[in-house]
Amino acid sequence: MLLSCENVRKTFGSTVVLDNLSLQVDEHEVVALIGASGSGKSTLLRCINLLTEIDDGTIRLDDEDITDPKANPDQVRRRIGMVFQSYNLFPHMSVLRNITLAPDKVHGRGAVEIRQQAMQWLERVGLADKADSYPDRLSGGQQQRVAIVRALVNSPRLLLLDEVTSALDPELVGEVLTMIRGLKDDGMTMVLATHEMGFARQVADRVVFLDGGRVLEAGPPSQVLGDPVEPRTRQFLSRIIEAGRL
Amino acid sequence: MSEQHRPSDLHLGRIAYRRRQTVRSVLLAALSTAVVGGALVIGVTGAPGWDRVKGSFFDLDIARKAFPQVIEGLWLNIRLLVVCTIAALALGLLVAVARTLRGPVFFPLRALATGYTYTFRGLPLIIVLYVFTLGVPGLRLQGMPSVLVLGGATLVIVYGAYLAEVIRAGIESVHPSQLAAARSLGLTYRQTMRHVVLPQAVRRVTPALLNDAVALQKDVGLVSLAGPIDAVRAAQIDSAYYTNFTPYIVAGVLFVLLALPLIGVTDWVTLRAARRQSAGA
Ligand SMILES: Nc1ncnc2c1ncn2[C@@H]1O[C@H](COP(=O)(O)OP(=O)(O)O)[C@@H](O)[C@H]1O
Ligand SMILES: [Mg+2]
Repeated sequence: MLLSCENVRKTFGSTVVLDNLSLQVDEHEVVALIGASGSGKSTLLRCINLLTEIDDGTIRLDDEDITDPKANPDQVRRRIGMVFQSYNLFPHMSVLRNITLAPDKVHGRGAVEIRQQAMQWLERVGLADKADSYPDRLSGGQQQRVAIVRALVNSPRLLLLDEVTSALDPELVGEVLTMIRGLKDDGMTMVLATHEMGFARQVADRVVFLDGGRVLEAGPPSQVLGDPVEPRTRQFLSRIIEAGRL
Repeated sequence: MSEQHRPSDLHLGRIAYRRRQTVRSVLLAALSTAVVGGALVIGVTGAPGWDRVKGSFFDLDIARKAFPQVIEGLWLNIRLLVVCTIAALALGLLVAVARTLRGPVFFPLRALATGYTYTFRGLPLIIVLYVFTLGVPGLRLQGMPSVLVLGGATLVIVYGAYLAEVIRAGIESVHPSQLAAARSLGLTYRQTMRHVVLPQAVRRVTPALLNDAVALQKDVGLVSLAGPIDAVRAAQIDSAYYTNFTPYIVAGVLFVLLALPLIGVTDWVTLRAARRQSAGA
């Protein structure tokens, strides 16, 4: 097992956002987190990446308790990649520098090797000609693909994707989803929060429905999305269908 | 695709109209400037006391004689300005970063930094200067630095507090998601500050920082209150000697000439920042 969240609890003031939540992810597995807005998807991803401290429970990465206060959060984050809804590229750096910053400063790898790897990735996602551009010259879809490359060049064990297509114009969603599909074929372990049910069905090995800070239902996409057991899951999916997103 | 676009007659008409309008406004502006300027010159030189004022403020001979002393004083201003600007910037940067540190471990440092900025932003420069240049040497400690160094330290400490606040505002204007992105890549807090937050913060507040540098340029002269002779003090000595105000005018002109490049750079940077902002939005 690559990732294991056990009885994780997270509160903001009096709001319980994650309530005794447990979730296991195997190596090479792709897990899609679905659930209403405010159900705690982003919070869970931020807790896994130690950007937010949990209030109780344990999170293990490769059987190591990363929520142990003795663990070094910087060391842990180096093994986890994260991609955000709003891309969060560094606006004062070129595309290439955005990608090479962490390998250079954090992993201390040689400049030539880093550059080569970054350029290979950019070529693979069709952005080699943008290497020296600044992020504000790129479309949303291009920026998001750069953000994914930026997370990947650190060779993470686990990739967390938080609604990475939600800020994109509809015609740009496809290019990002295609890239993620490619990562699945590479065997990358991923946990992705998404509102794209069609995509979850295609790419996820398992769909997890979050409700009230708990895992209410989990299983293969065909079951959770096609024939859900829980009434609340059904309710959520019917609202999504009304919105035309399934 | 590559075929040259030929503007329509309608659009050519618009261009011609705009050009006529521009020519008209330029002519009008030139005329009004000439009228106002002429009236001013006639008014001042025609005034009954003009000859006396001219003699005591614009005496070329005295200007020539006072020039070397004033320049020597100005050289002190320039050296102080360069050293103090760099030191105040470094201090301001440190204090601004200290104020952003979170967690109980950093409480003393944070409190110290906050107390420092509150105190020295409120305290008039002159009072700090007197305490440092007259009070501190009174302690008669071993290895006491010169009054000039103490005066420079005063400027650094007071301006460091202003610059710290400007830089802190810049740091706070960087969106938290930038921090999250940097930390998620495994960068430490320090690396995040150094490579992601501070470059964006400083870029955003550069116009304000340069404005403070222009203000400092005028305030460095205050060290002469403690003894060292700067350009204004040299002019004062010369005017007393010649019983004539011309040396002040010499010093004033030199100060403006010294400030011009800095003000020019400030305007340019401000303009560029504004343009980038509107392009980015
Ligand atoms: N920093 C925070 N402070 C207070 N409340 C927060 C914070 N972050 C998230 N929340 C709350 O936690 C709940 C879950 O939010 P989130 O994890 O963003 O949900 P989702 O990503 O599923 O839409 C929401 O009610 C939200 O208001
Ligand atoms: Mg969210």
